[in-house]
Amino acid sequence: MNSVLIQGVGVVILLVLGYIFGRIAEKRHFKRIIKREEACQHLPVIATRYPPTDQPYQQIMVTGNVVIASDYFKGFLAGLINIFGGRVTPFESMLDRARRESILRMKGEAMKLNARYVFNVKFDTTRIATGRLAAMEVLAYGTAMVPVNQANSDAKATTLNAAI
Amino acid sequence: MLVSNLELLPDRTVQQHLGLVQGSSVRSKHVGRDIAASLKNFFGGELKGYTELLSDSRDEATERMVQQAEALGANAVLNVRYSTSSIAAGAAEIFVYGTAVVLSDE
Repeated sequence: MNSVLIQGVGVVILLVLGYIFGRIAEKRHFKRIIKREEACQHLPVIATRYPPTDQPYQQIMVTGNVVIASDYFKGFLAGLINIFGGRVTPFESMLDRARRESILRMKGEAMKLNARYVFNVKFDTTRIATGRLAAMEVLAYGTAMVPVNQANSDAKATTLNAAI
Repeated sequence: MLVSNLELLPDRTVQQHLGLVQGSSVRSKHVGRDIAASLKNFFGGELKGYTELLSDSRDEATERMVQQAEALGANAVLNVRYSTSSIAAGAAEIFVYGTAVVLSDE
């Protein structure tokens, strides 16, 4: 009886800690994502297979990846939602964070190369399982199109990267 | 070696197709990292150790694919795709594949 009580208290503590820290981490992360997205809005990421032919470009593959873990509260809530069915919002926001973060990292790499576009963007999402760990990896990759005869925007790119 | 996930490049033509080339890499992190990661799992957030691990693993797989393409005499790998699968607790396989081609000069 006593051990059940202790276990129950342990779960409640983990839920509270998971809720508080998870929320703070998620809020901060979203703030950071929005700020960085604004900083690199000038670089379009396009999911088209056929690249532009307006001028000569150099093609370089760029990638961005991130592994994001859920928190204890999210896992618990998802378990509850699972019983009744419906949108599992706690995991939706987690994957949204991961996708946007991976795009931003890919864009960062492309901006270092002074690319004008990133073409043919693909995503690869995997569950990284370690025991009870529920972490997702998202990889974004695409082809950065770097204008061939343009070495002038070096300074501009450096300041932008510093902003990120 | 030009590596791209585009199927064709606007200003260059494919002179010769050399077939599929691939590279893979299976890696895991030491137990200490796994424990740190499972702790982090209570509070949420990015697992930086795993991000780096998978990123390094991807570079290695790509390197192997490029080596294979070089051995075939290709100067580019086109239509590159990545695929990741978690094959056991704490280990993931990264697989990269693409088409080795000989491209004409610009």
